[in-house]
Amino acid sequence: MNIIEQDNKVPEKSGAEILIDCLVEQGVDTVFGYPGGAVLPIYDALFQQKKIKHVLVRHEAGAAHAAEGYARSTGKPGVVLVTSGPGATNAVTGIADAFLDSIPMIVLTGQVATTLIGTDAFQEADTVGITRHCSKHNYLVKDPADLAATVREAFMIATKGRPGPVVIDIPKNVQVATARTDIKSNVPNRFHAAGEADYVAINKAVDLLANAKAPIFYTGGGIINSGPHASAALRELAELCGAPVTSTLMGLGAYPASGDAWLGMLGMHGTYEANMAMNQCDVMFCLGARFDDRVTGRLDAFSPDSYKIHIDIDRSSINKTIRVDLPIIADVGTAIRQMIDVWKGRKYKPQPLTEWWARIKGWRAVECLNYPASTDEIMPQFAIERLFAATKDKAPIITTEVGQHQMWAAQHFHFDAPNKWLTSGGLGTMGYGLPAAIGAQMGHPDALVIDIAGEASIQMNIQEMGTATQYRLPVKVFILNNEWMGMVRQWQELTYESRYSESYSDSLPDFVALAEAYGWKGIRCEKPEELDAAIAEMLAYDGPVMFDCRVSKKANCFPMIPSGAAHTEMILNSDEVSGTMDDEAKALV
Amino acid sequence: MHIKEELAERHVLTLTVDNEAGTLARIAGMFTSRGYNIDSLTVADISEDHTTSRITIVTKGPPPVIDQIIAQCERLVPVHKVTDLTEAGPHVERELALVKVQGSGDQRVEAMRLADIYRARVIDATVSSFIFEITGGPDKIDTFVTLMREVGLVEVGRTGIVGLMRGSEAS
Ligand SMILES: Cc1ncc(C[n+]2csc(CCOP(=O)(O)OP(=O)(O)O)c2C)c(N)n1
Ligand SMILES: [Mg+2]
Repeated sequence: MNIIEQDNKVPEKSGAEILIDCLVEQGVDTVFGYPGGAVLPIYDALFQQKKIKHVLVRHEAGAAHAAEGYARSTGKPGVVLVTSGPGATNAVTGIADAFLDSIPMIVLTGQVATTLIGTDAFQEADTVGITRHCSKHNYLVKDPADLAATVREAFMIATKGRPGPVVIDIPKNVQVATARTDIKSNVPNRFHAAGEADYVAINKAVDLLANAKAPIFYTGGGIINSGPHASAALRELAELCGAPVTSTLMGLGAYPASGDAWLGMLGMHGTYEANMAMNQCDVMFCLGARFDDRVTGRLDAFSPDSYKIHIDIDRSSINKTIRVDLPIIADVGTAIRQMIDVWKGRKYKPQPLTEWWARIKGWRAVECLNYPASTDEIMPQFAIERLFAATKDKAPIITTEVGQHQMWAAQHFHFDAPNKWLTSGGLGTMGYGLPAAIGAQMGHPDALVIDIAGEASIQMNIQEMGTATQYRLPVKVFILNNEWMGMVRQWQELTYESRYSESYSDSLPDFVALAEAYGWKGIRCEKPEELDAAIAEMLAYDGPVMFDCRVSKKANCFPMIPSGAAHTEMILNSDEVSGTMDDEAKALV
Repeated sequence: MHIKEELAERHVLTLTVDNEAGTLARIAGMFTSRGYNIDSLTVADISEDHTTSRITIVTKGPPPVIDQIIAQCERLVPVHKVTDLTEAGPHVERELALVKVQGSGDQRVEAMRLADIYRARVIDATVSSFIFEITGGPDKIDTFVTLMREVGLVEVGRTGIVGLMRGSEAS
């Protein structure tokens, strides 16, 4: 009725201003970005406000991984702002990474003006087309009047259900053009996330748990994504029933590594006890994990005799590779809480599970994480152990790159809390760790943040050292420098009779000098007996440190399930390596 | 080593989707990016307010893959409902084809006679050609086109399949 009256009074704002307002409304305090022609209006709007801090990275891949690190460590969505064309394409790896690891992220990309789209304009790329299948959803906004509704829906999609990256492509003229600011988004809520589990299924699951002779919890990144309440519920349920717990790479920290029921990580470089228990269990509870090929090994030999219960928020994760007996589509934290309620309500008592634990004890006795000790060179596993010993009381946040060092970190650094372990699991992106550490440090200014790196991986986003310097972020980069792309070399030894095709890290920079050039502290350590002191020096330094830890060049990461093998066919140490594989195994990733 | 092929079943899926830019690309692209087959795909706006479209996809795959296809479709934000007509029970499938033949004399008469049997309509005619319009299930159209090859087929255009459940319920 009075719309016409109001018309003149309602102030209009530019698309860029509306965008900033919406980000503030969504509680965004930090944006990782890099400017360029197609986002200048947004950068100008950022300049004129104080609520959002912008972190200028050195490469857009760094922005995306930093946003992932921020998101994974805080539980809040990470926000990225990049220009059109090369800005957007540079961010794609991080978007794909967040998609595979289910990290909530909003990526704002500039685009050429709507009038130029499709003309091969300067810095035009089909961002929506390129990111369509590596994002949870994406948009091209053609009118500033649609921005508010789009941003609101985007945050909902990124954070609800199985989280993931959402891309919003905003043409430059849409950033400049104005629209009324009183537009209430009456977006029909078209995005529905699973919540509570069906009680019939939960009752059945609890029944199975109470009567199992050899149960196991196989937990994943979904527990971390579900939130701290999910980790708390998992701990309580494990305590109630006394079953052992293993976790994927992405789920480390959900159940404490110091807990009695902890078997260690499972999968390709998981522990012998975790993999054997997965193989031999009678009832498997897969909680927020997805039977990834790195976890299952050979599919037809995967836990052949168990009854499998799978709780996941994403229905497409159910029966994707492994057929399960009882699928439950729900928020995993809520579902575990429901299981606890049912367990308590029925006054179930934990079974002794004596026989099961005795068998696990036998597998543990193999001490699969043992490695040959050395007094004249630093073994990489030893370096991680010492780093863990020196930092465990400081609740550090650990990020990693990708390779052997990542697996050694997963094996030998132990996590007692969720959101402390940030690693690229699904995409396996070298270059993730340093920017992720920067993002985590932005979200936790007082935390100790360490990137456990390889000398090859760190070079993939090494330019982000400048970002840490600029924002005085005291991140530590702990390089296990073995002078090799160790993981590649390891596979070449296992599969290709040690033909080392392009896996040597030649012409390495002097990492200490490089550190100093960026205004960091550089430390090099080559002797096992000097390691503790050097680590102490790194920790004592109030600023960013690059630690060049010269480790054994020959060490390989064991135990290992070779590709195409079953959980029971683990290689425990290098003596068992044959040097070649059949084509079927070679063809598997 | 040789690449193995798996046994595949044919399924007809119908999807109710938001009628917005990129929806078709999102769905079709998801099929290619995940390695699923599309035998045919049709799409048209079906709602009064033009906000909703219906997509009919004919796909092939082993049953677990079909199940994944449905789950992956449901995961896309603009997809509201997916029905597997093949699983859901009795349903009808129809397709329209335009078939051009050319010839003279006996061949021309035979083409006309066959068209009549198959209830195809002539929608264009010259002294040396016809265009027939035929609707029916995919098998009927396949057979008709095969017959037309014998009597001077020039070209065929097919719409792809649309399908609905039988009975009073919406699919
Ligand atoms: C972007 C990217 N390119 C290539 C790979 C393949 N890859 C996996 S591990 C690895 C070697 C990593 O070497 P380094 O960082 O030194 O770690 P190390 O294995 O020696 O600990 C490579 C090349 C990858 N994971 N990511
Ligand atoms: Mg290395």
